[in-house]
Amino acid sequence: MHYFWVPFLPMLGIIIPLLTNKFNRSTCALATALLPALALGLILFDLPAVLDGQAFTQSIEWIPLLGLNLSFRLDGLSVLFSLLILGIGLLVILYARYYLSEKDHMGRFYCYLIMFMTAMLGIVMSNNMLQLWFYWELTSISSFLLISFWSHSSDARKGARMALTITGAGGLALLAGIVLLGEVVGSYQLNVVLNSAELVQQHPYYLAILSLFLLGAFTKSAQFPFHFWLPHAMAAPTPVSAYLHSATMVKAGIFLLARFYPVLAGTEVWFVVVSLTGLFTLLLGAYTALFKHDLKGLLAYSTISHLGLIVLLLGLNTELAAIAAVFHIINHAIFKASLFMAAGIIDHESGSRDMRKLNGLWKYMPITATLAMVASASMAGVPLLNGFLSKEMFFTETLDQSILGSLSWLIPVLATIGGAFAVAYSLRFIHDVFFNGEPKGLTKTPHEPPRYMRVPVEILVALCLVVGIFPAYTVGPLLDSASLAVLNHPLPEFSLAIWHGFNIPLLMSGLAIAGGLAIYLNRKPLFRFEGLFPAIDAKIKFEGAIQACVRWAQKVNQTLESGSLQRYAFWLCFFALALIAPPLLDLDTTRGSQAEYPLNGAVAIAAVLLVAGSLATVIWSHYRLIALLMLSLVGLVVSITFAYFSAPDLALTQLSVEIVTVILLLLALYFFPQHTPTSKSRPSHFVRDLAVASLIGCIIGSICFALMTSPLDSISEFFIANAKTGGGGTNVVNVILVDFRGFDTFGEITVLGIAALGIYKLIARMRLSMRTKDHDGRLWATDKYPVLLSVISQSLLPLFLLISAYIFMRGHNLPGGGFIAGLITSIALIQQYLAHGVDWMTKRVSVSYHYFIAIGLVTAAITGLGSWAFGQPFLTSWFDYFSLPWIGKFELTSALVFDLGVYLTVIGATLLILANLGKLTTKERLTVGVR
Amino acid sequence: MSLLDHLVIFPILLPFFAGVILLFPSISSALNKQRVFTIATSVLMVIAAAMLLIKVQSTGIQVYALGNWSAPFGIVLVADAFSALMIALSAILGLAVILYASAGEDKNGAFFHPLIMFQLMGINGAFLTGDAFNLFVFFEVLLIASYSLMIHGGGKQRVQANIHYVFLNLIGSSLFLFALGTLYGTLGTLNFADMADKIPHLSNNELMITKSGALLLLAVFGLKAAMLPLHFWLPKAYANTSAPVAALFAIMTKVGIYSIWRVHGVMFGNQAGELANIALPWLWPIALATIAIGAISVLASQSLRVLCSNLVIVSVGTLLVTITLNSVQASTAGIYYLVHSTIACAAMFLLAGLIQQQRGKAEDRFVTARAMPQSAKLGFVFALLAIALIGMPPLSGFVGKALILQSVTDTKQMAWIWSLILGAGLISLIALSRAGTSLFWRTSGENTTALQGSPIQYLAIGILVALLPLMVIFGGSISDYAQLAAEQLNAGLSLQQLNEVAK
Repeated sequence: MHYFWVPFLPMLGIIIPLLTNKFNRSTCALATALLPALALGLILFDLPAVLDGQAFTQSIEWIPLLGLNLSFRLDGLSVLFSLLILGIGLLVILYARYYLSEKDHMGRFYCYLIMFMTAMLGIVMSNNMLQLWFYWELTSISSFLLISFWSHSSDARKGARMALTITGAGGLALLAGIVLLGEVVGSYQLNVVLNSAELVQQHPYYLAILSLFLLGAFTKSAQFPFHFWLPHAMAAPTPVSAYLHSATMVKAGIFLLARFYPVLAGTEVWFVVVSLTGLFTLLLGAYTALFKHDLKGLLAYSTISHLGLIVLLLGLNTELAAIAAVFHIINHAIFKASLFMAAGIIDHESGSRDMRKLNGLWKYMPITATLAMVASASMAGVPLLNGFLSKEMFFTETLDQSILGSLSWLIPVLATIGGAFAVAYSLRFIHDVFFNGEPKGLTKTPHEPPRYMRVPVEILVALCLVVGIFPAYTVGPLLDSASLAVLNHPLPEFSLAIWHGFNIPLLMSGLAIAGGLAIYLNRKPLFRFEGLFPAIDAKIKFEGAIQACVRWAQKVNQTLESGSLQRYAFWLCFFALALIAPPLLDLDTTRGSQAEYPLNGAVAIAAVLLVAGSLATVIWSHYRLIALLMLSLVGLVVSITFAYFSAPDLALTQLSVEIVTVILLLLALYFFPQHTPTSKSRPSHFVRDLAVASLIGCIIGSICFALMTSPLDSISEFFIANAKTGGGGTNVVNVILVDFRGFDTFGEITVLGIAALGIYKLIARMRLSMRTKDHDGRLWATDKYPVLLSVISQSLLPLFLLISAYIFMRGHNLPGGGFIAGLITSIALIQQYLAHGVDWMTKRVSVSYHYFIAIGLVTAAITGLGSWAFGQPFLTSWFDYFSLPWIGKFELTSALVFDLGVYLTVIGATLLILANLGKLTTKERLTVGVR
Repeated sequence: MSLLDHLVIFPILLPFFAGVILLFPSISSALNKQRVFTIATSVLMVIAAAMLLIKVQSTGIQVYALGNWSAPFGIVLVADAFSALMIALSAILGLAVILYASAGEDKNGAFFHPLIMFQLMGINGAFLTGDAFNLFVFFEVLLIASYSLMIHGGGKQRVQANIHYVFLNLIGSSLFLFALGTLYGTLGTLNFADMADKIPHLSNNELMITKSGALLLLAVFGLKAAMLPLHFWLPKAYANTSAPVAALFAIMTKVGIYSIWRVHGVMFGNQAGELANIALPWLWPIALATIAIGAISVLASQSLRVLCSNLVIVSVGTLLVTITLNSVQASTAGIYYLVHSTIACAAMFLLAGLIQQQRGKAEDRFVTARAMPQSAKLGFVFALLAIALIGMPPLSGFVGKALILQSVTDTKQMAWIWSLILGAGLISLIALSRAGTSLFWRTSGENTTALQGSPIQYLAIGILVALLPLMVIFGGSISDYAQLAAEQLNAGLSLQQLNEVAK
């Protein structure tokens, strides 16, 4: 079958208008029309088979996990809609060629239009529900682009946004409905789903599925209460309105109802909800249309009303009603498209769409007037025109239902009233525009449009007549096959004829025409009555509602995101507390089976110092220098503790880290105000924070206690056992650092290096001003580099370096290693900075410290890579014992080279930070506070 | 071992060496050389990631024992389908970010290129490591690099946001250490597989302590992932930093998500005996609240970068939902969605950078301003990204969303999750359509004469944007791959299996 290509042809065609835009306008339009025409040809090629009652499907797997297949079907319904979409689409392309002005970007317009056409074709031809939804959403997107085509106009932007929001919301509901339906049926393929009516309707999800589908359909088809977006979509160029609001966009919702009719319809709920919504929309639309002064506004509400009519028919749950619905889909598409085009011609050639200004145009554009009059007569349901036929069928069906129980007689009455209003607004369209005196205040003299701009209207109006007079020969077969697809079982008997004898529907038609005439003649009092109601602009209301939501959201947002770091930190700590505390409540005791060490004096004193130091740090945190000193006390006690509990490596590391950090912090403090401004936090916050902090402390303490008193079977046994034999060292800590878990060390020295780079980055461009006085107004000491200090530190330097070399070399077997050695070297160099100043040092140390970092990191990494040469993974270590005369037996290890990398990185990182902080004190120094 | 046997560690070593080499004298002061060098490295990283991905897909999980010490004693890197995917994602993101920055953003501060490289090293390490403490180390690598990158370009706003970010993450890091200490204290091991093996056999007392430690990790990862109530730092930080950095950070929250998945979804998942699924009661409301608050903030956003940051938060909530659902199907959906949302958000941050640059003083705020010189081009890309972020067809967002919806099977959960996810989609639609019309159409006066985006910046955005339709067109094989990843993830890996693979 060829139909598989139908949705793809226009898709390819999306870029054609953009490519041909540079040629003249007719070429662009012609090129654009090419592929849709080809697609139409393909459909016509397959048409006979479909009219024979056949249905075809083809599938290619796409995303099987999702249930999404590339799957198309060609049956009566999809053929009918494809013909409308492509046929009217081609006419719109022709029409738009003349409608668009030189200023409009024609290529872009056609591009959006074809995109929209593709999406619509996809919807009607999909045989997979998810694929259907895929195209459904594409129509929302492309219609947004079309409605907002004149994006400089605020109306167009707001109208487009409103349409997108409403139909987008409907689309989301539809997605939910489809997934739910797919899960219930177990397939997303329509040929399976459409035959599962019983399963679906008895499933507990049926109601949910139905409501979601109806939400999707009603939003798209502008049914009450979602109808308000449609009139505002009229801000679009008229060809767009002619296309979207006759045959396509709004019909997508109707199509959805028709497509899923076999599986969703037939229940009481469907009946009540669908038909009543349709009925109400029908009346509301017809009534409102009469009062619109804007031509397109009138047509918009008329569209809403006719859509309501079709929905009502689909809701009636009788087979003939469904057939009538399909018939009216065809008829409405034809006459409404021609009317929109006629309205566009009038607007184009007379410069206005306001019916209070447009009068007596018959004289100026008789041909257009005739065409428009025929089309509106069809809209009114005048015999011999297609609109009459489906309206008759509609009236017939309203008689034959019991929707409202004993009040069911109301339905035909209301339908007739709706019909009367339709006649009235059609009359108004004809009489106000083409007769009723002379035009008032038009900017230009109206005249007939260019020849080919009228052609699309002529074709459509001819169709109105042909279908109206010879229904059985023209649309008969198409209607049959489409209805067959909707009903999913053989059709009942029905006749398509103009004359059914004198019967009630004919009487209703007659009443509607007479009533319409009466309403129109009495329009003045009616307009006055309507004028009593305050004018409601849905756009303003809608924007207002959205704005109110935005304001509310901003309020919520501001309450939550106050911008207070204290608060964010509180949430983090509180959250952590809430997570870790509850499990401990389930614990009887934290005391494990391990014996406790007896308390002795030294430990007690250390513990007291530790606690006091921590408390003092917190209490004096606003006095930065004191807080720092107290903090260093904590660090010192920790170092001693390490040493006491036989962890000399840790003690040495901790000690040297303490020294370096305290020096760096002191240097940084130099640039800070000496006192933090006193805390402004509320007392309640103080209590809150204190409580959280203390509780976390207690819990962590309890956990530590529990862990320390429990025996542990851990991987450390392996490290102790294998340090010498596997890592070639007796200092287990060092072997862990450079071998067992050398990769951690590799990562950590990278961290150190990055930290230094980051600090450099932060302060490199900083221009800090330094105060000349301290907090109490005392001048800073000017005695910069004390001689004693410089002499001593200089003479100590070799000693320091020697010690660090010693610590470095023995690291693998005794406490020490690259990290500690690096810190010791750093301290030695820092001391030179302190004693002599940055300038003095810069003269002597010409290497930039970040090269140190780079060299260190590379050394460590190359050592790791070395093992690749021996077919081993990264960082595999090697060691062996050698002996040389005089020196004796000694060990060579790859870990030592790795450690060298660590050593260099540590020096580079600490000194890069120091040197740059220090630099701030010398160059481009700004001083304040001197009076 | 041939060179290809070391493939697993390439994603860590490549950026490491690149970052270090960039510090050496001849190249450290020549920006153009740096650009060429990092772009070349990023291309190599993409190639390496692709090779790793193919290798994992064809031959299964790869294990790399560092220092040749077998687990649980040494550190191992584990590349399974999920981690290989994340590596590929970060490689592509890295390439785009570097291309974008090479147009000039890298001039505004020191060490941009090396820091980006180190950042990627940290991210990749976190994805690959199979060891809890090593995860901490790589968290530090990526954090410390991110602290420095966030202030790239300087400015008061950036530094202030960075202070929040650094401060909270320092708390996070100390909590991480507490948690690791606690877990080591009861389990006696740091290897993920070994930990998972030992968890079901804990004694009564150890159980509760382990539970405390495990839940504490949730706070740590949650902070990184920016889940409620730990998300506060994100909007300010992401919205104030430079465009390429924000784009790269789109994957950083995913590191947190990834870790929650591995630790709380699997290690403390169904097979954890007494401690099975301990995080789920917490994650369930948090996930929903994160989506809700994220969506509200999306609506409240008044500039594109803030809006995009809030979309990141929504995506975090959505991903947490898929973790909470605790099934292979949900994980599949989550993994697909993760890739999609990371790419789309990153591209949007890059685009926001161009918009900001071309709108003069109005920057990317939703106010009337002069038109942009490249309005049409930017508008086109914006529309595509908006469609993707809302989750509309034809771009990848809809596949992810539909997969997630399908993976909810319980009726009660369905009501909550569906309405929140679809509602958030609607809110994004409203917010992004308002944003787009304000930025591109509500213009007054002449076009600005601002700097136009350079071709290389468009190329960077183009690479990311092109992936979105490709993820739909090849959705079949990509979702199959996501399923493979989800299956491997949910099955977990025992120490024995790990060591067998290692051989």
